Amino acid sequence: MNIQAFNERDQTTTKVEFEGSKVKDLLHYLKLSPESFLVVRNHEVITEEETLQDQDKIELLSVISGG
Amino acid sequence: MQCNKCQNHAVITLQHGNLCKNHFIDYFEDKVFKTINKYQLIGRDEKLCVAVSGGKDSLTVLYLTKKYLEKNNIPTSNLVALAVDEGIDQYREKTLIDLKKFCAEHQVPLTVVSFEQELGKTLDQAYPIINKDAQKKPCNVCGVWRRYLLNKHAKKLGADKVITGHNLDDEAQAIIMNIFKANTALAARLGPISGVQEHDLFIQRVKPLYFCAEKEVRLYTLLKQFQIKFTECPYSKEGYRHHIQEMLNEFEHKYKGTKQGIVNSFLAMLPLLQNQEKEAPQTIQQCSRCQEASNKEVCNACLMKETIQNA
Repeated sequence: MNIQAFNERDQTTTKVEFEGSKVKDLLHYLKLSPESFLVVRNHEVITEEETLQDQDKIELLSVISGG
Repeated sequence: MQCNKCQNHAVITLQHGNLCKNHFIDYFEDKVFKTINKYQLIGRDEKLCVAVSGGKDSLTVLYLTKKYLEKNNIPTSNLVALAVDEGIDQYREKTLIDLKKFCAEHQVPLTVVSFEQELGKTLDQAYPIINKDAQKKPCNVCGVWRRYLLNKHAKKLGADKVITGHNLDDEAQAIIMNIFKANTALAARLGPISGVQEHDLFIQRVKPLYFCAEKEVRLYTLLKQFQIKFTECPYSKEGYRHHIQEMLNEFEHKYKGTKQGIVNSFLAMLPLLQNQEKEAPQTIQQCSRCQEASNKEVCNACLMKETIQNA
């Protein structure tokens, strides 16, 4: 699966190729905790169990802020 | 994924199932209002001061406090917001912009006080001096001064309560930190209402988001379209809390309900901890320098201020 991911925390966009098809597979590949990120596709928040499509554009929004 | 209550697309998976946008917003607001009612966090005739930073937690608690007042026909004229500008370069000035817009939009009067005005230095300038010998991180300096200024200025504003945006994650982290450091005296001051003993010098602090996970708060702000830029305190990864946060998030992912379990277990034990503290209460007196509350002759904020002046 190939997707494009924007990470809010470090403000970078990267192309990601990973095994699997679900949001949780992507987060696992990127070593991101599902507790610390919300995933948005086409302006809609999606859950960890959602199936992604090849070439999807994803935003990874950090849950943790402040300090 | 579909919502468990309707045919709409789910935005979150909770312990008890999946919820869509509208059902999540109802669930979240209901949880906050039930917390306020159960622990009697807000009284009808009280002046309320919301401690705000411009981040997701404080804007959510400000918005929902106002909504709670309106829902219960309590005048919103008794609601004010108070922010502390610590003086952290490239951080606080960004959140204050969002905060000022939000308060103007929701017609809540905002007061901003700063470390620099009140104590003579920004946090960036102060902590290398104060912590020079102790090798401590800025969080200890920031914590003391923030609490000090919030209490002092909430009193000036005539507040009966200070409302904070502490969430379930914050509380679970604080509980574990105090257990790991065997600090039962500090643990006894946690809970939806902070503090063990009431005192004229202290304004009671209350936490309406006590049972809301950090992820839920962020989702709520996103779905409500609050305009919040992503910001992270540059010092946040340096603290002990950050390690606890990572550990708890890993546990929560593997074992859903871990944070809730920590907080619920703690609430069952809290009366015992509080009774233990009441048996040997700390003497609260006025600081001989600033006349604010202190458990010794000179309060920690004044001691830190003097360290800077003598450097």
